[in-house]
Amino acid sequence: MRASLFITCYNDTLYPETGRAVVRLLEKLGVELDFLPRQTCCGQMHANTGFRAEAYSQAKRFVRLYRDAESVVIPSSSCVAMIRDQYPGLFQELGNEALRQELAVLLPRVFELSEFLIDRLGVEDVGAYFPHRVVYHASCHGVRALHLGDRPYRLLAKVRGLELATLPNVDRCCGFGGTFSVKNAEVSSAMLAVKLQDIVSTGAEYCTALDNSCLMHLGGAMHRQYAGMKTLHLAQILASTEEAQAEAAQ
Amino acid sequence: MSHVELDPRFASPFPQAVLPVLRNPQLRKNVAHAIDVIQTKRGRLVTEKTDWQELRNSAAAIRSHVLENLGAYLEEFEYRCTAAGGQVHWAADADEARQLILELLRQEKASEVIKIKTMTSAEIQLNPFLQAAGLDVFETDLAEIILQLGDLEPSHIVVPALHVNRSQVREIFARRMGLKDLSDDPKELTNAARHYLRQKFLTIPTAISGANFLIAETGSVAVVESEGNGRMCLTLPRTLITLAGIEKVLPRFQDLEVMLQLLARSATGERMNPYTSLWTGVTAGDGPQRFHVVLLDNGRTSILSKPKQRQTLKCIRCAACMNACPVYRQTGGHAYGSVYPGPIGAILTPQLMQMHYAQSLPFASSLCGACYEACPVKINIPEVLLELRSQVVNQERKQTGRFLDPLYLGLRVANLLFAWALLFHAAQWAGRLGLRLFTRKDGWIHWLPSVGGKWTQTRDLRGLPAQSFHQWWAARAKETK
Repeated sequence: MRASLFITCYNDTLYPETGRAVVRLLEKLGVELDFLPRQTCCGQMHANTGFRAEAYSQAKRFVRLYRDAESVVIPSSSCVAMIRDQYPGLFQELGNEALRQELAVLLPRVFELSEFLIDRLGVEDVGAYFPHRVVYHASCHGVRALHLGDRPYRLLAKVRGLELATLPNVDRCCGFGGTFSVKNAEVSSAMLAVKLQDIVSTGAEYCTALDNSCLMHLGGAMHRQYAGMKTLHLAQILASTEEAQAEAAQ
Repeated sequence: MSHVELDPRFASPFPQAVLPVLRNPQLRKNVAHAIDVIQTKRGRLVTEKTDWQELRNSAAAIRSHVLENLGAYLEEFEYRCTAAGGQVHWAADADEARQLILELLRQEKASEVIKIKTMTSAEIQLNPFLQAAGLDVFETDLAEIILQLGDLEPSHIVVPALHVNRSQVREIFARRMGLKDLSDDPKELTNAARHYLRQKFLTIPTAISGANFLIAETGSVAVVESEGNGRMCLTLPRTLITLAGIEKVLPRFQDLEVMLQLLARSATGERMNPYTSLWTGVTAGDGPQRFHVVLLDNGRTSILSKPKQRQTLKCIRCAACMNACPVYRQTGGHAYGSVYPGPIGAILTPQLMQMHYAQSLPFASSLCGACYEACPVKINIPEVLLELRSQVVNQERKQTGRFLDPLYLGLRVANLLFAWALLFHAAQWAGRLGLRLFTRKDGWIHWLPSVGGKWTQTRDLRGLPAQSFHQWWAARAKETK
């Protein structure tokens, strides 16, 4: 099976290790991955800040780049939500019927990582080993836009050695919200404090999610507050093997 | 308590207006506690309803249908209500509505008026207007009494005094009712309010109410409440004036079946609200003998004319969105600078203001979607927030000050970079170099200038890794060749 990896602009820049983990994981599962070097951004930041014309040019670019892909895998739930929920409206609003139709054909082939694993590949046990206590942060876009449901939990349940902690108020926002985190920094920080309290109360060693933007927010606060917990994209847990863990321990 | 401004024309932008709230731990505690109590009750009652989603679909369909045919249903309501002995008046804006109501009160030779369940009257700032005209205005809803006697502002649309706790209520009642020995026992507080209210109900013959629903088919008006004070206010006076936004109409009496199942569960976490008052025009020898309905537009037809924004008017004012909102849970209602706070306020207020004021409100959301999920009439609030954000940005594009704002400048530059992968990669390289200046030995950034400082005031940022993903991919591809 072939798939094209859309890494997203912030993963490319800030979290390349997540991308490397996706590659390790999917290649191990027999997926023939390719990576289009011309890719940049899905336009979410612009669309969510009100820069709709700018978002439109990103959206147009995405559809033109990926229209021939067999599948597109994206390790970021909010970017997938952008493509699925906002692109159709953008194209309709700007009267680009041709693009809207191209998108309609492309959309069923665009997958968030856990969707790709479970819905496309039909895999729950990816052969991962991660002997740690982990808490899963179900990002808003994962819960309410993509309706990922129990997919991430099914994947985590099959990771050997992993002990999954239960997060209270699991569907409550961490307060990131893209530019909201700087435009309304004080409220964002107040929301973050509440979320962090819930996460830290689980006593987990790692907080994982399917969206590094939430993790950047949570991890930034954990580091500031010496919370003794680390953040890790789910792809990195799923790509983790006994050999890799042994290597890391040395 | 610091001064609270709920007139969107004068209120501070949201990011500034939240600051006094965030520095008030008692207020935040009161809000979070009240919200958590309501949310727990609501959660239980929504789960027990196996047809909750079907009910939401029906309610959304009814409300959309009303908005598509609003003119016809309003005329039908006017016809039926008038036939039953009521008088219907139309007000284009706040000023017209205030003048109309004052005129009606003057005809009654009223010097005092009692009020119940009318947020719309707060929207048009009726109380200060009537007081300036020499009338004494008395709120009769328990929460509204607390606010009026305490000289406080509402912070929620269903439980307007949720930011005030029991001991604060005791203090207000003791001071304003002259009850030195009053305790904070809820029973005692209720008795004090009851004593205060009975005098008003028995002596003041003129009342103003709001409306939860207007029924086109029958010309009836519905008001739902918890205390029974509304029932007193709606039945005892000689003359009743009901102020209602034009969007409040429902086609048929039967539609209440759907709406009332959703409303109480969404609003207060109850299966049914304790009092539902329904009346049709005037009945000889029973209830008010003169009955007026003032139908208020005040910006609503302008919202109606915009297809994407129209759904805002589906709102039945249940407050489920603010109860579900993680922003509101931190801030309460005052920071929204409007009588309509929370997510619905963030979309309704700027639209009622024709986008001339309250432009910071559409940005007062992390777009988490909890409001849409909770909304019983399925208003896609995030979608409207995005639409309004884009309108605000289009306004700001014309302002030089805004043009040079670092965040806006950054977004414009980013747009150029994202158009060309090569430029994007060059910017990554430059960013890595620039951020190295701020990166500490532990690999983390603890302080940044300008917009970045907004991030680092509470959060660290991991320094940029030496190799981006696409570089790694390219290097690997070269190796395997």
